[in-house]
Amino acid sequence: MPRDMMFAEAIAVAITEEMQRDPNVVFYGQNMAMTDRDPFVRKFGRDRVRITPISETAELGIAVGAAMSGLRPIVELYMAEFMLVAFDQVINEAPRLRYMSGGQVKVPCVFKAGFGFAAGWAGQHSNCTYHAMMGIPGLKIALPSTSADAMGLMRAAIRDDNPVVYLHHYMLTIDKSPVPDGEHIVPFGVADIKRAGSDVTIVATAWMVKKSLAAAETLAKEGISAEVIDPRTLAPLDVKTIVDSIKKTGRLVLVDQAPRHASASIVIAGEIAEQGFKYLKVPVKMVTALDTSVPYSETLESYVLPSEQKIVDAVKAVLMMQAAAV
Amino acid sequence: MRAASQLPRERLTWMYTQMLRIREFEERVKRTFVEHPGVIRGHAHLGDGAEASIVGALATRGESDPVMPSYRCHGYPLVLGTPARALMAEIYQRRDGVCQGFGGSMHLADPAHHFPTASGIIGQGIAHAAGVAYAAQVKKTGQVVYSFFGDGSSKQGAFHETLNLAAVWKLPVVFILENNMYQAYTHYKLEDANGIAGDPLSQKAQAYSIPGTTVDGTDVLQVYEGVGQAVDRARSGQGPSLIESRFYRLSPHGNAITVPPVPTQFQEHEAIEVYGNKAEFEAAKKNDPILKFRAQLTGNGTLSEADAKKIEEGVRAEMDEVVKFALASPLPTPEDAIKYVHA
Repeated sequence: MPRDMMFAEAIAVAITEEMQRDPNVVFYGQNMAMTDRDPFVRKFGRDRVRITPISETAELGIAVGAAMSGLRPIVELYMAEFMLVAFDQVINEAPRLRYMSGGQVKVPCVFKAGFGFAAGWAGQHSNCTYHAMMGIPGLKIALPSTSADAMGLMRAAIRDDNPVVYLHHYMLTIDKSPVPDGEHIVPFGVADIKRAGSDVTIVATAWMVKKSLAAAETLAKEGISAEVIDPRTLAPLDVKTIVDSIKKTGRLVLVDQAPRHASASIVIAGEIAEQGFKYLKVPVKMVTALDTSVPYSETLESYVLPSEQKIVDAVKAVLMMQAAAV
Repeated sequence: MRAASQLPRERLTWMYTQMLRIREFEERVKRTFVEHPGVIRGHAHLGDGAEASIVGALATRGESDPVMPSYRCHGYPLVLGTPARALMAEIYQRRDGVCQGFGGSMHLADPAHHFPTASGIIGQGIAHAAGVAYAAQVKKTGQVVYSFFGDGSSKQGAFHETLNLAAVWKLPVVFILENNMYQAYTHYKLEDANGIAGDPLSQKAQAYSIPGTTVDGTDVLQVYEGVGQAVDRARSGQGPSLIESRFYRLSPHGNAITVPPVPTQFQEHEAIEVYGNKAEFEAAKKNDPILKFRAQLTGNGTLSEADAKKIEEGVRAEMDEVVKFALASPLPTPEDAIKYVHA
């Protein structure tokens, strides 16, 4: 029987069970495992669960070296922005070494971080940085939107033989949703249709999935049937599921918490322009953050970020565009 | 304690041979830019002058100890047993290259010979070395990791973050700071606070409460003893050490950076080209680690003049064959370029 589980707990369960399954999985980061009362320390000991100083370059670099030597490190980075101070390791070391060595080494590691905090953290701790990573060959990017996906994608990330950036949205942390029994795994590169519909396709990730589903619910009351697709991983990106959906709907709204030109949506729009243009009845519409840093004041922050209302408006706009075309 | 005086003749001969192999290999890389323009692309960095430092350090290795050099990485795998022809073929962009033409001079790798990878970004490989040491610690393999990097790297955040964390975790790693006097084109006394103060660079170890010693990197036996002590300490679980090995890079930083089709070659050393200090460079050449070790070995009767000449001829013949092999090796298949993106 599926049971309800908090998003954060689903991640912790996946890490715990993978560590039980495979002694090569290690887990470390800042401000974790500080006492022997820590549940991970209790279960797995100090060799495999460690506390680090505030040294992201060393933390990630050590993960890369350890991964090449047979471990499967998970680095707890807390906030995705902290990866930026060690970006060489993320984009120019971890995903390059296998390639440059002519396939002689593999670098199986997970860089785990929260992102997209929309709770008054202002410009430096509220960002969506995945666009800067999703085009890096060799690097995989996972962004769960439900507890089941959080668990299944973490399991897949740990078992993957490549470096994976695992981004969990802060605003989903305490959300509860059902998680299947057993060893639930979500394969990378397989989008999920979170809600089936026939009038318009909405593509969204992470927190934006929740907002898109709320918008779809509102639209349903007005007789508009929206399909909501969550790619779940941005690299690899499942373009086919999106194309299949617009074959049916002919309309596409891309929702993304990142600013327009630093969004995953802009990449998806490019793929659809090449692979799905003939199925579109009207131009693609993007609902992204405004091209600004995220402001502190809630009034300002709400103005900048995508919202349920903005998604509803965008869907209605693409439906009206069609009406105009007819 | 490891005493160099206890090293048997065979080991000393091996050390001299390895030093020569590095020198002759690097000479051929350098000559290739003149004799076969276009065969080597990008940027190549030579280890001439570093031979005593490299071989003295690696002579202390246990047979499965990993070695993580910087992008100036030709010399180490030669000593570890990677076939020289596979290294040259890689530098010549060939299919028989140790990385099949995917890495080139700066990114050699041969995990089968305990050389996992080299990073081309200054200092970043230091963290990788600590990671390899972390794996050895968790898996209790008893290995000690050799982390080699230049004086320039010791001003990188990766160096400082990694030394701190390696000390906190007592990782089995030895950090070997190869002070070859120049960070790319800049003399270290223009950019290193310890250097400017007239202090050894090994003083940086004090910041992390680990042993720091400076050795004469042109004296292979002194390097052997200094590194050996640090290796023994790491292997017994007492954690990392920092060794500053001081020597003089005898070639410039790398071949000149040119835009094709302008050919590239090695120019004069920075000491002359940039600083106009021919005297410094000439003094370094007189202090050539290979000539020094040769004089020592022939002087104390370890090798006769005829023994030494025989070794030298053997190494030259090996490296002549290496160049021929690499030139004849086929180029990679273009479609293979997408092969190794993911494991």
